[in-house]
Amino acid sequence: MTSESLAGLSNQLLYSAMAVYAGAMYCYAAELAFGSPRRRGKAAPVAAEVRELASVGAPTADVETSAADTGPQDDGATRLARADRIGRVAVSLTVLAFLLHLGAVVARGIAASRPPWGNMYEFSTAGSLAVTGVFLVLLARKPIRYLGTFVVLPVLLTLGLAVAVLYTESAQLVPALKSVWLVIHVSAAMIAAGVLTIGFAQSICFLVQDRRERVPAEVRQPSFMDRLPAAAALDRSAYKMHAFAYPIWTFAVIAGAIWAENAWGRYWGWDPKETWAFITWMVYTTYLHARATAGWKGRPAAYLAVLGYGTFLFNYLVVNIWLVGFHSYAGVG
Amino acid sequence: MTETPVTDTLSSAPSRDLPPQPRPPALQPVELARWAWRQLTSMRSALVLLFLLALAAVPGSLVPQRSIDAARAAQFAADHPTLAPWYDRFSLFTVYSSPWFAATYLLLFVSLVGCVLPRSRLHLRAVLARPPRAPQRLGRLPFHESTTVDGAPDAVLERARAALRRRGYRVDVADGAVAAEKGYLRETGNLVFHVALLLLLLAVAFGHLTGYKANILIVEGEAFSNTVSAYDTWTPGPLADEGALAPFTVALKSLEVRYQETGTQAGAPRDFQARVRYTTSPDTAESSYDLRVNHPLKVDGVKVFLLGNGYAPVFTVRDKDGAVVSRGPAPFLPRDGNATSLGVVKVTGTSPQIGFDGFFLPTAVIDQNGPHSIYPGLKLPRALLSVWTGDLGVDGGTPQSVYSLQKSGLTQLRGENGRKLVVGLAPGTSATLPTGETITLDGVRRWASLQVARDPGTGPALVAALLALAGLMASLFVRRRRVWVRVGADGEDDVDAADGGRTLVEVAGLARSDGEGGDGLADELRELVAEIGSDDGTGARDL
Repeated sequence: MTSESLAGLSNQLLYSAMAVYAGAMYCYAAELAFGSPRRRGKAAPVAAEVRELASVGAPTADVETSAADTGPQDDGATRLARADRIGRVAVSLTVLAFLLHLGAVVARGIAASRPPWGNMYEFSTAGSLAVTGVFLVLLARKPIRYLGTFVVLPVLLTLGLAVAVLYTESAQLVPALKSVWLVIHVSAAMIAAGVLTIGFAQSICFLVQDRRERVPAEVRQPSFMDRLPAAAALDRSAYKMHAFAYPIWTFAVIAGAIWAENAWGRYWGWDPKETWAFITWMVYTTYLHARATAGWKGRPAAYLAVLGYGTFLFNYLVVNIWLVGFHSYAGVG
Repeated sequence: MTETPVTDTLSSAPSRDLPPQPRPPALQPVELARWAWRQLTSMRSALVLLFLLALAAVPGSLVPQRSIDAARAAQFAADHPTLAPWYDRFSLFTVYSSPWFAATYLLLFVSLVGCVLPRSRLHLRAVLARPPRAPQRLGRLPFHESTTVDGAPDAVLERARAALRRRGYRVDVADGAVAAEKGYLRETGNLVFHVALLLLLLAVAFGHLTGYKANILIVEGEAFSNTVSAYDTWTPGPLADEGALAPFTVALKSLEVRYQETGTQAGAPRDFQARVRYTTSPDTAESSYDLRVNHPLKVDGVKVFLLGNGYAPVFTVRDKDGAVVSRGPAPFLPRDGNATSLGVVKVTGTSPQIGFDGFFLPTAVIDQNGPHSIYPGLKLPRALLSVWTGDLGVDGGTPQSVYSLQKSGLTQLRGENGRKLVVGLAPGTSATLPTGETITLDGVRRWASLQVARDPGTGPALVAALLALAGLMASLFVRRRRVWVRVGADGEDDVDAADGGRTLVEVAGLARSDGEGGDGLADELRELVAEIGSDDGTGARDL
């Protein structure tokens, strides 16, 4: 296969992946919608029961199985069983989309005979692949299917941005990128980004859920948020994600410094990319400290996590495209 | 007793109900210092400083920095004549060496030291101490298990002790109970992380103070030695020893550049390779090296990097009689991705002196945008020069750029039609000026811009960074736990124990890590109970 036809195949696989992602996202959303209690009034007792079921733990498969076991006579339970089926479909679609996406990234790499993250388009496709990959790995170990919508949506947006705005023809690398550190530094940054995206989604869910929980349970309006874990549990998982991502990000920064020393003769030069990697690192450092400090736990810490993700996005979008610096590899425009 | 009401103490210590006291005397300097120290080293201040440091780094990425791109900073200042002085007042062109940036990180590091010192003392004490004694009621702890197992209390206790030892706990047996703790590495890692950051700062400072950085532009066929005078720019650290530079020389034999030839990215550089020969000292043999981006030359603790490249057309200028008055390569500086290059040729051996300035275009095109190059490779090389005569000003002793003419003492030559003269040259062709001199474009060479840097702080900085990373991982992923096991302590079941029958075992655990929420502790306790329950103390599972 020639490199042009491989690059073409990569594009087709990516479009297919996007279509399947979109299907997965609708299914995740439908699971949340159907699995949440009806408006109060007609089915108030059901709502109460669903809440109880949901509060047993995270909305895991076993919660739903127990709901299915109670039989079709129970309206709430059938609905939960149906929601569970939709959720399982969503996961299958995500796996399929991931495989197509992986195929697209690999084909792109083979087309140019190099790691497929040499420009902004490739970094976006490979980075969003890392997000889905991290999500699927976590999903196999932890009941986080509720996050599906909030993970697939940014993946889909990133891919949309990549194909619509950032698209660059497959080509060889500029000399500055020809280094083994391209593999080490960039892949570490992408994995960290994947984990941070999950943590960010959880922090947002925590902020919403926490606000919701301030309303007394009796007067709370039913919502799809009822299918999500309690605020405290969300906060804890978000912390774990960030605590996991933080050393990876630290490593990515150190690897970047080693590379910079090798390529430009200085390991740190306050290039805009470096500066924003540092800012992201500092904000997440503040988050980790805040979480261990009385008066900063909970919401203030979660705001810091959200801000940290904002600085990461700024580095990825604004710095790559608009700010002048050594890291101008976007290949855009 | 006076009736003066108790004024609120400045310290943040919890207020107690003290009897009315006389108004406290004004704070003594020592007390004030102690108060300030306590404020600075509080976690709250640390949080604020951490956040401020993140914030302080932002402007440097938005405003051009002199230390990174002096030309852009100067251009920005020229474009914003009213704003620039204010930016200067707040060090916005030199953010990362500004007093306010330094103040932020130095305060942060002081706060860090103030936090690390007492914590180290506490941690050392904890490491040296025995695990704390078992609480009275183990059943009240968040994680607990109890069961009855075969064996006499002492034997069961010994099994518990062995099982905990196997799991890496530090154990202490007292009063019919085992107290155990593990995960000291968590706090050790935390302290190592913070101390390593301090070391990193010192390494950066050390490198900055004693290292140096230099740039040189060198044309194919030329050589330079590592001396201050050889370099175009020389940026030493305040403590760099300029008299003791490593005595190496580097000669640029050739520079090969390959570009993308087709597609939308045509003209993008694909490969630079500078073939150099170097000697480590005047009396050693020459070695050769292929200098590439990401592949610096290391000589004697100094690194030579290939940063950029360009063209140096070689011109010969002859006077009216045909005698050579100037010959050599003139480096032209590229100003776009297709190597549209600008430069000058200064001829001082004629009277009046002659200066040429203009373009060198590797693949020349002249259209409505004026003369420019459409591809960085040498496909249609042309030099387009305007000609100036007069006093070049090079003898006046004032330094001037070798890449531009100082035009105050010069007049531009005009052609026969009265328009400004532009000489167009292809390689191998000559042009004769109205004044009688001829200029020939003999050929084109390339130049490389090299950075020569010595930073003795690099190695220590890397070690400190990796140490910080290791400490960080330990502080985040090691779980600190306490477990207590008590046998036959309360109840009737231990009656059986007297005849070596059955013993009541209570096990309880406490997770001591922030944010961990006791993950897996319940499982660990269950496994522990199973191990204590089995005769050989290894539990049912294979270990």
